[in-house]
Amino acid sequence: MSLRARIAAVVLGLILMASLCADWIPGMSYAQQHRDATSAAPSLRYPLGTDDLGRDRLARLLSATRISLLLAAAAAVGALVLASVAGGVAGYCGGWLDRCIVRAIDLMLSIPWLLLLLAVRALLPLNASPVASLVLTYALLAALGWASPARVVRAGVRNFRNSEFVLQARAEGCTETRVLLRHVLPNLKPTLLAQFWTSVPVFILSEANLGFLGLSAGEPFPTWGSLLRELQSPLLLRPEAFAPAAAIAITLLCFKMVTPWGGSQV
Amino acid sequence: MGRGLRKLARQVGAVAATAILGGLLTAALVRNSPGADSDERLLDPRLDAASIAAIRAEHTNFLHAGFWRSPSLNRPISDLIAARLPVTLRLIGIGLLAAWGAALLLAILSRNAAFAGIAGVASACTLCLPSAVLAILVFSLGGPVGVVIPLVLFPRIFETVRNLLEHAYTLPHILTARAKGVSTAGILLRHALPVCAPELLALAGVSAIMAFGAAIPVETLCDVPGLGQLAWKAATARDLPLLVTLTLLIAIATQVVNAAADWLTPSTGQAA
Repeated sequence: MSLRARIAAVVLGLILMASLCADWIPGMSYAQQHRDATSAAPSLRYPLGTDDLGRDRLARLLSATRISLLLAAAAAVGALVLASVAGGVAGYCGGWLDRCIVRAIDLMLSIPWLLLLLAVRALLPLNASPVASLVLTYALLAALGWASPARVVRAGVRNFRNSEFVLQARAEGCTETRVLLRHVLPNLKPTLLAQFWTSVPVFILSEANLGFLGLSAGEPFPTWGSLLRELQSPLLLRPEAFAPAAAIAITLLCFKMVTPWGGSQV
Repeated sequence: MGRGLRKLARQVGAVAATAILGGLLTAALVRNSPGADSDERLLDPRLDAASIAAIRAEHTNFLHAGFWRSPSLNRPISDLIAARLPVTLRLIGIGLLAAWGAALLLAILSRNAAFAGIAGVASACTLCLPSAVLAILVFSLGGPVGVVIPLVLFPRIFETVRNLLEHAYTLPHILTARAKGVSTAGILLRHALPVCAPELLALAGVSAIMAFGAAIPVETLCDVPGLGQLAWKAATARDLPLLVTLTLLIAIATQVVNAAADWLTPSTGQAA
């Protein structure tokens, strides 16, 4: 690991640690409203100031970091499970099943990701609770983000399908399902790990864009996307309002530097 | 020739299948989605039971009337798309040209270490910001809206083009050409770019899709009356017929672009 990658890993670790201590570092809850300090400028008590409801921006930013990082990682795991099933079946079975899944992957990849998210988000109930809308947003990212990793998994499974250890497992009487689950998929661990590190930044950016347009988690839950909405009102445009954008940029830059392939798919 | 025609027919068939399957799927989604019977107007707390029932009936009538009218804007969808398509095409077209021009130029200049450093930093910075934030930054600084899409697309195109050119410059025939004293421009135009052409054509199709994705926040935040803004308005107003028609149209358009890029690829490859 290069020095640059090590520094990035340390910064990423610090960001994660700070977000996990979100309830203790600022000393107040992200939802607590201070009516005596609405839209306050940065001060010792409120290092990043407060929003128009008097909520501490630092507390909200740290909680948003925790929610966005953890749920983006969970969504990436969900997307990889779907991708492993679809890509594994397509690559291992071949034939018409492979053609159908490849066509579905092509179709998913041919639609702009944000448009697809907007369309599917609009199909869901309007009056969902804040927790439900938060979970739904990330579940959608997982449900729609499987196509790209599925293509990679399919290629990997096709490589292993006729390899010697698979032939030996078949010769020893393993069923096809067992061969796929116990012998082929475990060998794809490095590929799946690489796809995980690529998917997390993509999901973070997607949620940020979706939140900015008002289609992510509902109030009072802070996510990076929902915090960025403050930038939409020019009267509230202060340097400290760009803190969530800076947090996203630093985190994604660290992801890009920490991954050996440079995170070029971000 | 016969093979080319068969391939073209296969791709036209794939586009037609996408249109038919996509149409059936989106119609089913519109009719059966959990939010199909909800309307933004129903959130108004002043409405009484009779008004709510009337809005629900009106909404259901719209959904059953088909895909031709937008419930939220009360206009034919074809009119809405025809009015906004040129705006989006212009924005995307300028964005694609600028992004490809900058990416190609910097990828070529990146053989110089100083340029490689500057281009790498610029690419990393723009890659790590959401397109919505880039739009706000440009808008706040008084920059033209047309700059945002190139900023979003540039790092994605630049990194691929740079990697492709780096790989191409290590190929034996290019090393031979350099040893024979062929000029840098000659190597680039006659040897390196033709080798990368199939991948560049494929990337051209993908970049058109990315450009439309970037146009949604840009048009929404900068108040540009294009298809991206229309999609956002449809999503926030839960105008499902308009939204699914737009999604279907974009899917078909991108399939056509990809098919065109795919159809052009072999001939270029042979030329190289």
